[in-house]
Amino acid sequence: MTSTESLIDRRQLSYIAAQAADARLNVELETEGMTLNIGPQHPATHGTLRIIARLDGEQVVWAEPSCGYMHRGYEKLTEVRTYPQVTALVNRIDWLGSFANEVPFILAAEKLMEIEAPPRAQWIRTILFELSRIANVSLFLGDLGVQMGAITPVFMAFRDREYVLNLIEGATGGRFHPNFDRIGGLKDDLPAGFIDETRVVMKKLRNFCDEMENLLFGNEIFQSRTRGIGVIPKDVAMQYGLSGANLRASGVDWDLRRDQTLPMAWNKVDWKVWTHPDGDSFARCWVRLQEVRESTRIVDQLLDNIPSGPVMAKVPRIIKVPEGEAWVSTENPLGEMGYYVVSKGDLGPFRTKIRSASFNNISIVPWVLKGVYVPDIITILASLYFILGDIDR
Amino acid sequence: MGLVDRGRLPKPLNSLLNLGRSYSLWVYQWGLACCAIEMGAAFGSPRYDVMRLGVIPLPASPRQADLVVISGTVTDKMAPAVKRLYEQMPEPKYVISMGSCANCGGPYWDSYSVTKGVDQIIPVDVYVPGCPPRPEALLEGVVLLQQRIRNEDMGARWRGEGSKPIIVGETTKSAKSGASKSGAVKGAARVD
Repeated sequence: MTSTESLIDRRQLSYIAAQAADARLNVELETEGMTLNIGPQHPATHGTLRIIARLDGEQVVWAEPSCGYMHRGYEKLTEVRTYPQVTALVNRIDWLGSFANEVPFILAAEKLMEIEAPPRAQWIRTILFELSRIANVSLFLGDLGVQMGAITPVFMAFRDREYVLNLIEGATGGRFHPNFDRIGGLKDDLPAGFIDETRVVMKKLRNFCDEMENLLFGNEIFQSRTRGIGVIPKDVAMQYGLSGANLRASGVDWDLRRDQTLPMAWNKVDWKVWTHPDGDSFARCWVRLQEVRESTRIVDQLLDNIPSGPVMAKVPRIIKVPEGEAWVSTENPLGEMGYYVVSKGDLGPFRTKIRSASFNNISIVPWVLKGVYVPDIITILASLYFILGDIDR
Repeated sequence: MGLVDRGRLPKPLNSLLNLGRSYSLWVYQWGLACCAIEMGAAFGSPRYDVMRLGVIPLPASPRQADLVVISGTVTDKMAPAVKRLYEQMPEPKYVISMGSCANCGGPYWDSYSVTKGVDQIIPVDVYVPGCPPRPEALLEGVVLLQQRIRNEDMGARWRGEGSKPIIVGETTKSAKSGASKSGAVKGAARVD
């Protein structure tokens, strides 16, 4: 701690000295360096992220995210839990799209056990996965307005998100943290009336997207605060390991749902991967909006031809995963999320590496914040869209 | 407020003061983890509109707040900041601990980096159990706290004669007896 502090102090002193040297050359432009701390408790950081920004007037000279305020030690905790218990934990990594967190872990365990969920379970998994994506990204769209001073979108987002949460609760019993996935299938079948109800809600969600597009994306203030701001070019985005909508907004056509063969139902339906060539804040928001639309389309098509049959494969009562290592990643609402599970044949994993999307997405913050103005910090952070549990785990 | 300090406030004035305090609670939203979203749903969504209860969820800083909702996992790195912001709040101040993590560590009971309960750092008035609790549970916690504030004797509070913390969802019998035992009746009797 002290060594980093002294390092920061040294950097700060050298920065101020450099500024002073410049100022001696040009007295009119003399400004003092200032360090601005955003967070760890700040509404714009979606939780407990701390951004340390060094400013020159209104411009950011140097910025760094300080992570770890939400570190809960998941990777260590999985070592002392059994496989069925781990899903209850990993629900809480990305707390807005909880169901999506379970799926890659379960798929990794199934890969090690060499079993596959029955088709109906795969279908339901995909439906719930997309529902959790909608629940996640619809809140992002609402929150986006708040970051720019518009309060109305967040009310609309919470209103329509409740419908999706009701669906998830009806199917799984959990509003937020379903813990519904089991190795070899699902805990239960869908409840009666779920399919009709879901169709109605998907229609509502499409209306919500249209409303958002008109109200927020068509707003002049919104456009002037996001267009051409926080531009991340294609090559930089790939170098920093961005994934998900952040990468697609920079023009990279990459979506693990399409590019990977997993025992899920995405390749059975017709949908489109949206990209945007600009790479600015607006592009990132726009790609996410289109993703919600695509998700509603995916869910609708999956509901049309959901296969019948059991939702659980034959698995032993006490689950012991054979020795081996497996890596499975999926396209979660925030980007690529993967689990590297090392098994020694015990009841629980020997070691788990969790690759969460936000941690890599946030790594670009020092690069993208360099040279921007202070109010743009907030919009850029909002458009990068991270969740603190997903960063710190 | 010297009268309040010594606990010599006339009874009608005391209940008037309490009525005002209970229906103008400024809540500082300390959103930490998953529970923050449910707190946002309770405080900021049209379905569970909290302002109808006389709660204002939008203070600009903890220095303007009467009530803080600690919602989510408090880690050891975050704990000093929690304490510091609590200390910045003016008296009389109340704390709602929302969710299992803030109550006792929750699913991270054996984690190396999580503080097992925010009550290790700051005193808690209302515990809302759940992982995360539904917004209705948080609203009930707020309502129970308002009931307690209405019956509160300021003198007893200043002297630090705190009553037992409220736990949302306790059986109605014990909650009722707790409510009748605590608060103004007992406190006033002690002052007299």
